[in-house]
Amino acid sequence: MAERIMVKGNEAMAEAAVRAGCRLYFGYPITPQSEFTEYMARRMPEVDGVFLQSESEVAAVNMVYGAACTGHRVMTSTSSPGFSLMQEGVSYIAGAKLPAVFVNVVRGGPGLGDIQPAQSDYFQSTKGGGHGDYHLIVLAPGSIQEAVDLMETAFRLADNYRIPVMMLADGMLGQMMEPVVFPEFVKLEGINDHSSWALRGADGREPHKVTSFDIDPVKLEEMNTETHKVYEEIRSKEIRFETHDLEDADYILVGYGTMGRILGSVVKTARKQGIKVGLFRPITLWPFPYDELKRAARGKKFCTVVEMSTGQMVEDVRLSVEGSLPVHFYGRTGGMVPTPDEVFKELVRLIG
Amino acid sequence: MEKATYKKPKSLAEKEFSYCPGCHHGIIHRLVAEVIDELDIQGKTLMVAPVGCSVFAYEFFDIDGTVAPHGRAPAVATGMKRAMPEKMVFTYQGDGDLAAIGTAEIIHAANRGEKITTIFVNNAIYGMTGGQMAPTTLLGMKTTTSPYGRKAETEGFPIHVSELLKETAGIVYLERVSVSSPQEVIKAKAAIKKAFIAQMKGLGFSLIEVLSTCPTNWGLDPIESIKWLNENMKKEYPKGVFIDKVGDIR
Repeated sequence: MAERIMVKGNEAMAEAAVRAGCRLYFGYPITPQSEFTEYMARRMPEVDGVFLQSESEVAAVNMVYGAACTGHRVMTSTSSPGFSLMQEGVSYIAGAKLPAVFVNVVRGGPGLGDIQPAQSDYFQSTKGGGHGDYHLIVLAPGSIQEAVDLMETAFRLADNYRIPVMMLADGMLGQMMEPVVFPEFVKLEGINDHSSWALRGADGREPHKVTSFDIDPVKLEEMNTETHKVYEEIRSKEIRFETHDLEDADYILVGYGTMGRILGSVVKTARKQGIKVGLFRPITLWPFPYDELKRAARGKKFCTVVEMSTGQMVEDVRLSVEGSLPVHFYGRTGGMVPTPDEVFKELVRLIG
Repeated sequence: MEKATYKKPKSLAEKEFSYCPGCHHGIIHRLVAEVIDELDIQGKTLMVAPVGCSVFAYEFFDIDGTVAPHGRAPAVATGMKRAMPEKMVFTYQGDGDLAAIGTAEIIHAANRGEKITTIFVNNAIYGMTGGQMAPTTLLGMKTTTSPYGRKAETEGFPIHVSELLKETAGIVYLERVSVSSPQEVIKAKAAIKKAFIAQMKGLGFSLIEVLSTCPTNWGLDPIESIKWLNENMKKEYPKGVFIDKVGDIR
């Protein structure tokens, strides 16, 4: 049996990326994710990989763009203000249909905000962030183990669909320590063969061109339509979520990431007191499990969304249930994390 | 017996240039393509085009290529080169792209000694967007955003990229050239070749600044443009070799 190791979230995610075959890392220090960058600085030389500390997040994302053009597994990690700086490059990467993985260890905002855990980058991550019609696949792990397990998935989805994939963590996941079992090293042979489009030198073949650009509106629309067909396929195949105690529940709690995990404790407490409450935890925030949540909400009395924000995912929850039941919201911001007790009291208040 | 003495380089694609009459991009493209042919690196060269008039450059070369976000070509090229160090990677950038929005990326790529080559085309104006002031615009020069002429008090001074970069330890070849006469074209080609050889030898970063005309936005015809370049641009931006750590390449 694989060994369980006590490890910090940022370092665990970095090691998982190395085991997923990532040998190219470009990044810029920012709290609360700097241990990720530091880990890669130590680790990449051990596996003949590339670590480069860029002059800015703007440069980092463009280094990722360049490396992704060659079709090799590449990633960066950052925290909220850094991801804001990367948005132009993310839009280019999405437009050029390049595989790449981003980790955002979200902190309190807006502006300089603070360095405590937050979930206030949901809109930015799931609705665009940069310019143009595009999406990232957004994965929201609820524990360090899940982040580790999802890392190879992130690279595989990026490779399979030629799309940037975001691992949306938060300062809590990045900074805390948990026992983790790491997966084996992935063998990449045959997995990410991007030789049909990657820029590797036009030796004995027609040159490849990788861009997000076409001056002809007819062709640009065709490009966008093609990309959106891929998005449709992702919507139909890649939705991930977790539920607990939903079957007989009168009430549903909805939360993702760290908050989803805290809501798990709330459900246990409530059940002990005879309150029939269940949990719905989206794991893919894009594509969002609209239909799945709508089905889960059928016949329930109300739904409460809890976020470390002033209410962002709650909009998608409302879209999901289409007015079929009341949707309440409870949130804390600025790095304040709702405690299980606090959420339980809110639940009791709402039940009345 | 007939002998071809002049033909299109293999590394240029079968595409008509989109450049204005009298613009020097066409000459510079050709020189780069000739160098790629002569070094026999067409099949292992990747290029990064900029945003600006030469945004289509990736289509004009018969090699693998991409377009970077505005100013970010050196970072994109860095990612490519680090992923595939055995390939040749070059950026082709104008003065708006490289000397304004992309200042950080070029300085840091150069300072890291990134083993890439940059062809920097300086025509002292933004061409693609219609003739706005560039950081390289000369004092007194009228553009659509300096309609009364560039003034030092309000717009600052023309930026000298090669002079700034010459203090950068990671550069192994740095030269400013022009292509406004046949002799200068020959010298410019030799400079570009040396820059590529510096990369082939894995020595470090190389950059060739090429002074260029923009007849359309300067409001001059092609002949007048060359005269203006010779009389004004060369005074502000003197030609010369700033760094040569490559040595004799013959």
